[in-house]
Amino acid sequence: MGEANGHSKTNGHSYVGTRQIRPDGVDKVTGRARFGADYNLPGQLIGRVLRSPHPHARIISIDTSKAEALPGVKAVITRDDFADQPSEFIPAGEMMMNYKDVVRNVMAREKALYEGHAVAAVAATSVAIARRALKLIDVKYEVLPHVIDVVEAMKPGAPLLHDDLFTVGVEPKPEKPSNIAKRVEIKQGDVEAGFKKADVVIEREFKTAPVHQGYIEPHAALATVSEDGATELWTTTQGHFIVRAHCARLLGLDMGKVRVTATEIGGGFGGKTVVYLEPLAIALSRKAKRPVKMVMSREEVFKASGPTSGATVRVKMGATKDGKFVAAFAELKYQAGAFQGSPVQPGTMCAYAPYDIENVHVIGYDVVSNRPKVAAYRAPGAPIAEYAVESVVDEIAKKLGLDPIELRMMNAAREGTKAAYGPKFGPIGLEETLNAIKKTEHWNTPLRKWQGRGVASGFWFNIGGETSVSLTVNEDGTISLMAGTPDIGGLRAALTSVAADELGVPYDKVRPIIGDTGSLGFNFLTGGSRSAFSGSMAIVEAAKQIKADLCARACKLWEAKPDQVEFSGGYVKPLGALAEKVKPMSIADFAKVSGKTGGPIGGVGRINAQGAGPSFGTHLVDLEVDPETGRATILRYTVAQDAGRALHPAYVEGQFQGGAVQGIGWALNEEYIYGSDGKLQNAGFLDYRMPVASDVPMIDAILVEVGNPRHPYGVRGVGETPIVPPLGAIANAMENATGIRFTELPMSPPKVLKALKEKGLNKA
Amino acid sequence: MAKHHIEATVNGDVVEFLCETEETLLDVLRDTLNLTGSKEGCASGDCGACSVMLDGRLVCSCLVLGCEVSGRKIETIEGMAKGESLHPLQKRFLEAAALQCGICTPGFLVASKALLEKSPNPTEHEVRYWLAGNLCRCTGYDKIITAVMDTAATMRKG
Amino acid sequence: MRYEAPESLEGAVALLAGAKGEARVLAGGTDLLVQMRADVVDPDLIVDIKRIPETRAVTEEKGGWRIGAAVTGAELKEHVRLKKVWPGVVEAANLIGSTQVQGRATLGGNLCNGSPAADSVPALIAAGAVATLAGPAGKRDLPVEDVMLGPRKLALKKGEIVVSFLLPPRPPRSSDAYLRFIPRTEMDIAVVGAGVSLTLDGGGTITAARVSLGAVAPRVLLVPEAAQAIIGSRLDRPAQDRLEAAARAACHPIDDKRGTTEFRIDVAAVLARRTALIALDRARSN
Repeated sequence: MGEANGHSKTNGHSYVGTRQIRPDGVDKVTGRARFGADYNLPGQLIGRVLRSPHPHARIISIDTSKAEALPGVKAVITRDDFADQPSEFIPAGEMMMNYKDVVRNVMAREKALYEGHAVAAVAATSVAIARRALKLIDVKYEVLPHVIDVVEAMKPGAPLLHDDLFTVGVEPKPEKPSNIAKRVEIKQGDVEAGFKKADVVIEREFKTAPVHQGYIEPHAALATVSEDGATELWTTTQGHFIVRAHCARLLGLDMGKVRVTATEIGGGFGGKTVVYLEPLAIALSRKAKRPVKMVMSREEVFKASGPTSGATVRVKMGATKDGKFVAAFAELKYQAGAFQGSPVQPGTMCAYAPYDIENVHVIGYDVVSNRPKVAAYRAPGAPIAEYAVESVVDEIAKKLGLDPIELRMMNAAREGTKAAYGPKFGPIGLEETLNAIKKTEHWNTPLRKWQGRGVASGFWFNIGGETSVSLTVNEDGTISLMAGTPDIGGLRAALTSVAADELGVPYDKVRPIIGDTGSLGFNFLTGGSRSAFSGSMAIVEAAKQIKADLCARACKLWEAKPDQVEFSGGYVKPLGALAEKVKPMSIADFAKVSGKTGGPIGGVGRINAQGAGPSFGTHLVDLEVDPETGRATILRYTVAQDAGRALHPAYVEGQFQGGAVQGIGWALNEEYIYGSDGKLQNAGFLDYRMPVASDVPMIDAILVEVGNPRHPYGVRGVGETPIVPPLGAIANAMENATGIRFTELPMSPPKVLKALKEKGLNKA
Repeated sequence: MAKHHIEATVNGDVVEFLCETEETLLDVLRDTLNLTGSKEGCASGDCGACSVMLDGRLVCSCLVLGCEVSGRKIETIEGMAKGESLHPLQKRFLEAAALQCGICTPGFLVASKALLEKSPNPTEHEVRYWLAGNLCRCTGYDKIITAVMDTAATMRKG
Repeated sequence: MRYEAPESLEGAVALLAGAKGEARVLAGGTDLLVQMRADVVDPDLIVDIKRIPETRAVTEEKGGWRIGAAVTGAELKEHVRLKKVWPGVVEAANLIGSTQVQGRATLGGNLCNGSPAADSVPALIAAGAVATLAGPAGKRDLPVEDVMLGPRKLALKKGEIVVSFLLPPRPPRSSDAYLRFIPRTEMDIAVVGAGVSLTLDGGGTITAARVSLGAVAPRVLLVPEAAQAIIGSRLDRPAQDRLEAAARAACHPIDDKRGTTEFRIDVAAVLARRTALIALDRARSN
């Protein structure tokens, strides 16, 4: 267990690892908490976006004159209000983006590249006027043929989205542009030789459809720009410093002049790590000289934010008859959407990471097509790859007559395994999660006819990254904690526990807030399962400074040497003989005399957190199929995942449960349905079918803790891994229940019934 | 067209407001009465984040027009706590970590309160089906359902 | 956009008959408001009928039940006697949407929205419900199966509204049931809906039946052949097979984002059988 720096205990009580009430909780259960659309400024205008009705079209002209002349309209913007950007890749979450593409996604320039692509925007004194103004904007389009499916988009002769896109990663460099932005590859050993050694080889091709992160809160932004260019922005985002960077770049502003506040956020899952409305709201406010508030409708969220890739994946694995994997190949083709940047790279890296395989070869293609630009969705790229790999692993188990958990155990990555994508794993918990599942009553419960059980494992790398926090001791000894990574699911509770333990003060004497960009140093966004990992690490640093400072002040007050004092349990304590002369002083005691002892007391943690440990998980699911209709019901679900050290067990369990249910939706019912006209047919919660409460059972969460030695508390990020195993686990359960291997997601009832009918199985 | 002048009771207080015909009760609550606790997730009655009580009936406020509520009694999330005392459901949601991002929480609380007032001893099945109109994307529903059932047991003990 | 809330049938009819532009009736609003927000409809006049007493009452009439067109699903669910006599009608109304939607949605609105996938309509048709309309030319009655002519096409004339539904008296040993297929457990529009009402004699043989299928044709279907398939039987396996075949033959569904043609036909047969079995079970215990 990583207890390198340990932590102080106050009255022997430790908050880390316990289920404290989250400090931001009361506001959330009373409706007082303010999310993106809950902010208003006096005199604000309402902004609305005009969006392309065509999936692919050249924009010939945009005439905004009639809209501008409508009384109540105070500003109209188009591509002319944004300077073009040179091509430059920057990290955003776990993906790379290019500003040349960002400026075009935020507001279309030469072409509309997907139905819903922003083409113009207005700010008006009321919603009704804004809607009328949009109808008065005259856009002349030259409609072009479109392509959406990734395999179709890769074909020569497919409609071309960008005439300057030449595939990177192929030799020689292609002469003609295509929709294939990139080819990536990882290689280890010799797969051809490996396959020759195999006693069983399974090769399958899988297909998945685009799915949306499904956050319940639509995007919202409120901007106000002063005459001197100073800009204030409130936005619902996973990364307000990133928003600041994007807006400053796109609008030619100094970052120091842009102050971004992250409102409470109603879900993100990666989809709120990029900008959509923010640059528009700022540009409109700058023009109108009034605050501008913009909120997306649910339809706009589906059509114009960033659903993840649909994909085609081919997997070929070979094993010897005793179950050892000897060769693993995969070819991943992922949709990037209108601009390059699908998560195919992490997909290639994750595909075989749970296993120790000598010979691995994975190829990935990043392919553009006429649908919205992909944004990150929880462990981006991994669920798709893992669905394919875990399905084939299951087939190998069946073919060899081996228990699916034993087979995984036999091949599991352990400490010291070299992953095919490069690094050697430190201590990891995959085996522990497999064992935890094996021991459950769930695993040992018999099934009835038409019921099936499936298991699958998965992982996510997790990241650290740049993080700034501040800890301030107030004059009454209470602690103000300011973090800079938006709290998407209980972060403040976890960080408060850490700060309380570090300083040895009661939990409710620490008050956390998420500071704006003007109040803190840079923070990379909340993503990559990094905010608790990095935030707690930075708090340890900040607390160290305070403790050292207080000890120094004590030495001055007591005329003592450093080795005569120590900080422990919220006090600076005199040691040895000194203890007979002076009494310990608490943080509150120092706060009372801070001015006399050197000034305000506080600490800052400014780090680039390193040593993020991967989190492995194994999921177990039972389902029952109605053979007459093809409908599957999830009967039972268990998650076992390695958290390293759970700072707040309930919120860690919550991550396991939430990710599992997202996976259930992805596996069974969620998909983007496009018509042949390239338009989205299910842009609403009615026909984009996310799981409702009656669709799922309780999700049993087993917390495994294999400490991460590189974190002071042993923490591993946990947020993303939970969505990686469900697709494979559910597909395996379906095979177990029906005898049919489904290689296309979602496994919706019409597909399942059709497959059952073909085998004459559609009878009770 | 002149706006409608409506008088209604919201969380026990008589309020007066003006609204256009096409404004929903949700629009009025949020934009005119500054009660932003009810949320807009879809504006089509599919997510329940806008749930309120209308004359004692659980409804989606995005599916009611502002001009329909003249003389009616509306209860929103803002009226659930009594002074400084949280409702047992609100307390239990906090203790049980039955929320992560919290955007769906007001809707779930209003809907759960309506359930327990009607059915003080619901089964898990009944709770899940009653709450099927409240979408949550963060929690997977597990801790929410547990919190509602635990609160039902607590409230039954009196 | 004008909003009027008349307190009499005559008032509502006059408003609708005299409307110059687009006029819409507002009952529960669970379809109208969604369509307005989506810019599918932009009415000049909204006529709220909920203040008209005849649309809000549930009363016994001549041994049957008259249900006002603006009675909500939730209110029907709380009506103990009605639920006992017509469990299929009540359960169908309470499958529409969510608890919140059922707090507002009405049988009148569900029918007049003109969707062949409406949940309550197959149950009403199977029940033999008759709609009472009020219009400029006075009142008239129309069997529910004749009200919806096609998607968004109703047999109502300008100025006419549905006031109430009359469910016929129930012979002993009768009951009804409604089932629908949706991919999730709640919240979806029916991919197929089936309503069955039947009556048994003392020996358990079906002496009367009505079978209705929803979402498998441009309008909700009354399927006399399906009823014929089971009348005179005790719903044994051969009768079930005949029922399924009749259901299949009556369907002419579309391929859409909710289901394929083939799927709908297959499931219609399965649901018709399952619904009939539930109705039979309930009738036996009556």
